[in-house]
Amino acid sequence: MNIAKPNSYRSGPDERGHFGIFGGRFVAETLMPLILDLEKAYTAAKADPAFQAEMNGYLKNYVGRPSPLYFAERLTEHLGGAKIYLKREELNHTGSHKVNNVLGQIMLARRMGKKRIIAETGAGQHGVATATLCARFGLECVVYMGAVDVERQQPNVIRMEMLGAKVFPVQSGTRTLKDAMNEALRDWVTNVHNTFYCIGTVAGPHPYPTLVRDFQSVIGNETKAQMQEIEGRLPDSLVACIGGGSNAMGLFHPFLDDPSVEIFGVEAAGHGLTQLHAASIAGGRPGVLHGNRTYLLMDADGQIQDAHSISAGLDYPGIGPEHSWLHEVGRVNYLSATDDEALAAFQLLSKLEGIIPALEPAHAIAKVMELAPKRPKDHLMVVNLSGRGDKDVPQVGDILRGKK
Amino acid sequence: MTTRIDTRFAELKRQGRAAFVTYVMAGDPDPATSLEIVKALPKSGADVIELGIPFTDPMADGPSIQAAGLRALKVGMTLKKTLELVRDFRKGDNVTPLVLMGYYNPIYIYGVDKFLADAKTSGVDGLIIVDLPPEEDDELCIPALKAGLNFIRLATPTTDDKRLPAVLANTSGFVYYVSIAGITGAAAADANAVGEAVARIKRHTGLPICVGFGIRTPEAARAIAEKADGSVVGTALVDALKNSLDAEGRATAKTVNAVAELTAALAQGVKGAQQAAE
Repeated sequence: MNIAKPNSYRSGPDERGHFGIFGGRFVAETLMPLILDLEKAYTAAKADPAFQAEMNGYLKNYVGRPSPLYFAERLTEHLGGAKIYLKREELNHTGSHKVNNVLGQIMLARRMGKKRIIAETGAGQHGVATATLCARFGLECVVYMGAVDVERQQPNVIRMEMLGAKVFPVQSGTRTLKDAMNEALRDWVTNVHNTFYCIGTVAGPHPYPTLVRDFQSVIGNETKAQMQEIEGRLPDSLVACIGGGSNAMGLFHPFLDDPSVEIFGVEAAGHGLTQLHAASIAGGRPGVLHGNRTYLLMDADGQIQDAHSISAGLDYPGIGPEHSWLHEVGRVNYLSATDDEALAAFQLLSKLEGIIPALEPAHAIAKVMELAPKRPKDHLMVVNLSGRGDKDVPQVGDILRGKK
Repeated sequence: MTTRIDTRFAELKRQGRAAFVTYVMAGDPDPATSLEIVKALPKSGADVIELGIPFTDPMADGPSIQAAGLRALKVGMTLKKTLELVRDFRKGDNVTPLVLMGYYNPIYIYGVDKFLADAKTSGVDGLIIVDLPPEEDDELCIPALKAGLNFIRLATPTTDDKRLPAVLANTSGFVYYVSIAGITGAAAADANAVGEAVARIKRHTGLPICVGFGIRTPEAARAIAEKADGSVVGTALVDALKNSLDAEGRATAKTVNAVAELTAALAQGVKGAQQAAE
């Protein structure tokens, strides 16, 4: 490939929101002034020590950070290779990494004087985090969720409603995450005067991919410090699952300029890459959707194709634009895990470590099962355990009973 | 360069009346019926045709136009076939301006340069691409202008005076003022608020200003035509089409007429407007 290696992998995006050819601001004119306002508000907030101090206070006392970096001793023994550490994002308040980003965006929304918050959600983790912080700060909350996902992630729907959010099951299109995002954008265009769109992943128009990444980078920054304290050095590899890719970007970004650190992103291969799947990098190509240019699953006419994953949180035909760029420049290796591999990993981690992972990070664990045995015992591997599996217990229970 | 759009608006200005702009989705409910509908539009009084490019994820459209796009995709409509439809329409009509309206991805995947060349030879006059704001002008707007196509920009209630010059800078043909903050087929536009907005935009440009979103009836089309250089109706026509389909969503003997009759009624409304003195 003739793509030049940059001096730093951490300097993007440019002032127009581009990571190489990816990213940008592909939105309707109605939204453009608001996106420019958001960029201004975010730039001002970043430069304001009071903003960071307030956020750190909530991260510590409300979210429960720092999340532990835990040595998974039995998983390590079982796989017989690399020393595996779990970054325990599933221990955060609300049960996943999503809350890190939502806290930041809700604080931005408050600075901008917005009283109504909308969000899209796939697995419901982002919706739950948004509903939680809206309850905490007394804001109106509306969550768009594909009707298919409402069905398979009932526990999270109930949680959002208990927190006072209004959940709209989206019936258009494929009735999953991409359609929830379309519907959230339609709401935003309609209620642009009082509404803040709290996007759950490192996608959408600039500046969202950047601000979500920045709010999630607490994961990687903590990991770096914790590993230094425990092992006295950098980890040798990082592994994280990717739908839109916010937990992965949060872990990866602080390490991008540490060349000794191997980085692996794991997409959802669904039934397999030759069948229905959700692996945009493995099976897609660059296109434009939801405000950014990025790898997308689509047909020859540029029509967006249905994604499939057992995990509602990964069931999206795109990926954050910075991931597309990191793929093209070769800094991150993008792999994929099938539904069956994720289910096996889900069970393995539950039984060996007493930790029931969400189906999303079970995809990352599935690749750890392949990568770790091939590496020496002094190799330090960190996997982002981005969410807990409570929400998936009914679905996985049904599948396992059906299989037995 | 003068396009059919420029010629048509100059002509209407001489006649002292506003344009009636119609929107239908290419390939809805099937390519053959869709061609007949497009042919019927000018005969029923449409001055400008906007033809939707079907897309799976139309973020700025309401349920009616979303469904129209999905009906077209279901019968195999593509961007290539949309251009063929335009070419077939041009065999019998070389004067009515035709504007393609849609989202960027199908064009990006088709290839921008190839698309512009094919659009030009097919007889397309202009483009309205919803998800390409001026910040992304390098993508398609500038190449389209170079290829001799008008690039018609949307201005909205959120486009303030500070932003208007940027929005208008590379706009040609006409300006499409979106009368409400919202999606197609939503709330009705208030004619007085529209009048103020049109006056505001006219302080920045000499281009004709057409107004759309929320206009459904001949009366509403007339009220808007008294305040602007054109009334755009889309969702109401798409709904009339849909209501003429059979239970399986296929065209019936009534389909072309259903759209033509509403077009004629709306055109009467627009033609009855008393244009405000400029």
